[in-house]
Amino acid sequence: MSQAPLLEVRDLHTYLFPRRGVIRAVDGVSFTLHRGETLGLVGESGCGKTMTALSLLRLVPQPVARIVKGEIWLEGEDLLQKSEREMRRIRGRKIAMILQDPQTSLNPVLTVGTQLIEALALQGREASSRLVARAVELLQRVRVADAARRLRHYPHQLSGGMKQRVVGAIAMAGNPQVLIADEPTTALDVTIQLQYLNLLKELQAQTAMALLFITHDFGVVAHTCDRVAVMYAGRIVESGPVRAVFNRPAHPYTQALIAAVPSLDEPVERLDTIEGQPPAPEAFPAGCRFHPRCPYAEPRCHQDYPPTLPVADGHTAACWRLAAP
Amino acid sequence: MQRYIVQRFVQGLFLLVLVAAVVFFLGRLTGNPADLMLPEDATPEDRAALIRTLGLDRPYHEQFLIFIANALRGDLGESIRYRRPAVALFFSRLPNTLKLVPPAMAVALAMAIPLGVLSAVYRGTLLDRLAGVIAVLGLATPNFWLGILLIYIFSVQLGWLPSARMGGIRHYILPTITLGTFLVAGLMRLIRSSMLEVLDSEFVKLARIKGLSETAVIWRHCLRNALIPVLTLAGVFLAALVTGAIVTETVFAWPGIGRLTFEAVIFRDYPLLQAVVILDAVLVLFINLVVDVLYAYIDPRIRYT
Ligand SMILES: Nc1ncnc2c1ncn2[C@@H]1O[C@H](COP(=O)(O)OP(=O)(O)OP(=O)(O)O)[C@@H](O)[C@H]1O
Ligand SMILES: [Mg+2]
Repeated sequence: MSQAPLLEVRDLHTYLFPRRGVIRAVDGVSFTLHRGETLGLVGESGCGKTMTALSLLRLVPQPVARIVKGEIWLEGEDLLQKSEREMRRIRGRKIAMILQDPQTSLNPVLTVGTQLIEALALQGREASSRLVARAVELLQRVRVADAARRLRHYPHQLSGGMKQRVVGAIAMAGNPQVLIADEPTTALDVTIQLQYLNLLKELQAQTAMALLFITHDFGVVAHTCDRVAVMYAGRIVESGPVRAVFNRPAHPYTQALIAAVPSLDEPVERLDTIEGQPPAPEAFPAGCRFHPRCPYAEPRCHQDYPPTLPVADGHTAACWRLAAP
Repeated sequence: MQRYIVQRFVQGLFLLVLVAAVVFFLGRLTGNPADLMLPEDATPEDRAALIRTLGLDRPYHEQFLIFIANALRGDLGESIRYRRPAVALFFSRLPNTLKLVPPAMAVALAMAIPLGVLSAVYRGTLLDRLAGVIAVLGLATPNFWLGILLIYIFSVQLGWLPSARMGGIRHYILPTITLGTFLVAGLMRLIRSSMLEVLDSEFVKLARIKGLSETAVIWRHCLRNALIPVLTLAGVFLAALVTGAIVTETVFAWPGIGRLTFEAVIFRDYPLLQAVVILDAVLVLFINLVVDVLYAYIDPRIRYT
């Protein structure tokens, strides 16, 4: 991976400003994504994964949230410097996203065809007479049987798995270079989860796109990703090649996450191996945000946030234990 | 779908019997209707004779059954003032009201949709607050007062528009605005709140992720969803228009069923009032049935279940 990354996020800060206080949902996140690779973004609920993803599209919830700092480089251009009009040409065409809940992602009053063709028409590559044929093609690509008939259907007439596929097809409409897939946390049905992973793999196999896969399950990451970034309380605490991180986790939080995976085939819902809760995002502790739960916490962990330090080639972690005392 | 319509129809019939019963027994509570029909100098013999011919000497439940039986044959009694069958009178006036309701509804929607949508999209801003003020003013302004104000400005002072009675298209302008304004405030608030809910949904996020412009997101993806609650309540709004028509038609001397209701009240024309109330109920129920069918058309989730 010596070539320049496709996407590079540097020091991203996305804060939420509710009536009172500040929620530092994303607080200094940096990572890279290369062509064709799959990066897993893993962390507990509420650590800021979805907010990071929405920031890449500049679609953080209005008006509460704002990207306050950072750079997002895509093919040599900083997305944070772009106008809203320019961003609209990037959404769908360069970066697509599948939302956390594909079941409610489709508009209930518009047909599948309308919603697909709308996405295709935005690309502006196709004559309008070809759009229907292209929509059928897309549905066939995500293995929807009887695609031509499905175009006339409304979302409520489709099964859950089918809706997921349609949402996948919409994401593929613009031939994106980056696909962000936010894993459903509500529908933890094993078959649905498996279907979802298979769909993503299929989609990625058809193109050379990069996949940013968001999950809270390290087991799934080990199966599907090339590299992994572990997120805790708005920050990335460890990142590297999946195998390296899995075999030699350097951050105590990563270690706990991996220990919580009983076997790679069973998804986990709770982190029983670590005591306590993740900190409330409106009141992060000083120093390392993990120190209240960390078995190895030292005095300096209470004072300063640790720097990101190398563990091995391409493998880094933000933990004082890696620094000389 | 067909079963659904039949079900609504049966419900409607049941409600109608209820309305008829209430109207009938309330009427009997306020005294013997015969007293209203007799001239002041009528003798007790005249009174007794009239009571007998009208069947008013029989037990109430029997009278009610006769009343229902007559009603089913399309006979709701005769107006005292006009000396004509009340039903015929109602239907001769109904078209005039029906000519007023659609343009009034159109005026109401034409004002309420943009106001509601914009105040949802720009929630919390000056524009939203301004729209809120307009809504409150609309709610606080009595219909008759607005009508009189409009007549004063546009008919009396400027002399641009006619102030009363039916006629060419120019006669419609003031009554339509008056009647339509009656609904704007309520409609606007409903559209605003349902629009806010829709703007928050996942499919709106997806529409933006696709790269759609905000205009397309709001008007194509949100508006239709936001109008579903409006349509569910369309029956209520139309019923409110029929009620509002009483005042508007009175102010503008518009010969519709609203004015007929007003006349029935002030002339104590009890048989007419009774008929008008029941027929108003029939009208409102009919409107609701049509609305339900339309609703199923807009919301595909209902259409196919
Ligand atoms: N609209 C909002 N208003 C206020 N706070 C919000 C809003 N959306 C998210 N947050 C807060 O921002 C933080 C980050 O949320 P985010 O959705 O990115 O978490 P996540 O990692 O995706 O979690 P999950 O795995 O549950 O999806 C959370 O603490 C959440 O409570
Ligand atoms: Mg999330």
